[in-house]
Amino acid sequence: MKSAVIVFPGSNRERDMLYALETITGVKPVAVWHTEHELPDVDLVVLPGGFSYGDYLRTGAIAARANIMAAVAKKAADGVRVLGVCNGFQILCESGLLPGVLMRNAHLRFVCRNVDLEVANADSDFTKKYAKGQIWPCPVAHGDGNYFADAETVKRLEGEGRVSLRYANGTNPNGSVNDIAGILNAKGNVMGLMPHPENMIEPLNGGTAGRGLFESVLEAVA
Amino acid sequence: MKARITVTLKNGVLDPQGKAIEGALGSLGFEGVEGVRQGKYFEVDLAETDAAKARAALDEICAKLLANTVIENYAIELADAKSGK
Repeated sequence: MKSAVIVFPGSNRERDMLYALETITGVKPVAVWHTEHELPDVDLVVLPGGFSYGDYLRTGAIAARANIMAAVAKKAADGVRVLGVCNGFQILCESGLLPGVLMRNAHLRFVCRNVDLEVANADSDFTKKYAKGQIWPCPVAHGDGNYFADAETVKRLEGEGRVSLRYANGTNPNGSVNDIAGILNAKGNVMGLMPHPENMIEPLNGGTAGRGLFESVLEAVA
Repeated sequence: MKARITVTLKNGVLDPQGKAIEGALGSLGFEGVEGVRQGKYFEVDLAETDAAKARAALDEICAKLLANTVIENYAIELADAKSGK
């Protein structure tokens, strides 16, 4: 599986993501600088975590208008899988590729800890290696992860099975509506999540449960 | 032409920063503060001199970048409009 990781000024988890992708897919991913206008021929595009543009204006707001995002939107429209983690999720929402927005954590504090994630939809290209209802530990590290959308949008996401991951066992770290940790677009080829599965892939990380997400995409594109 | 733009959270959208500020005002002894909502303020200089065209451009600027209309409203105020309208 060929993959690309987009790098913005202020991205800081791109190395973790590049390492995870190479380790799990066996193919060295391509890092693409945000000023580029085109993406190589890949099966997966990843927007990594970090603090693009220092979170100026709103998290992900400036990055969402970068040159490369038109190419990312084109790939998404063509059915290529697009994954946004943490700041990447914020950028996907700001760019309109996913609905809603990530607001400041309800308690106003930055959170850096493990949470429990429940797989709410195990049929998606990003979660098919998990079982529905499966709960796995995953680290979060963010100050703006409070998912919000209007009631009608949340109802639609829930009704269409587009909430892919939920914070479980009372570990919602940010006040997200319905404990939403990750969502899918209508076609199911774009997913955003606040937690960092790329940091839960080796025993050294404290577990390997995050591998399932990448292995799901690997299987989906095979 | 100069424009002043204010971006505010929509009604019903939780504003924890505003709440924290409200709490701090209470700690300082300011009584009777019944609510604080935090917003953003922008001053934009435009080359455009026609008020209607400037307003149209600013509307797009706000909708595309300055505000996230999922959670925010924006208001545009034009200063020193040449036409004097």
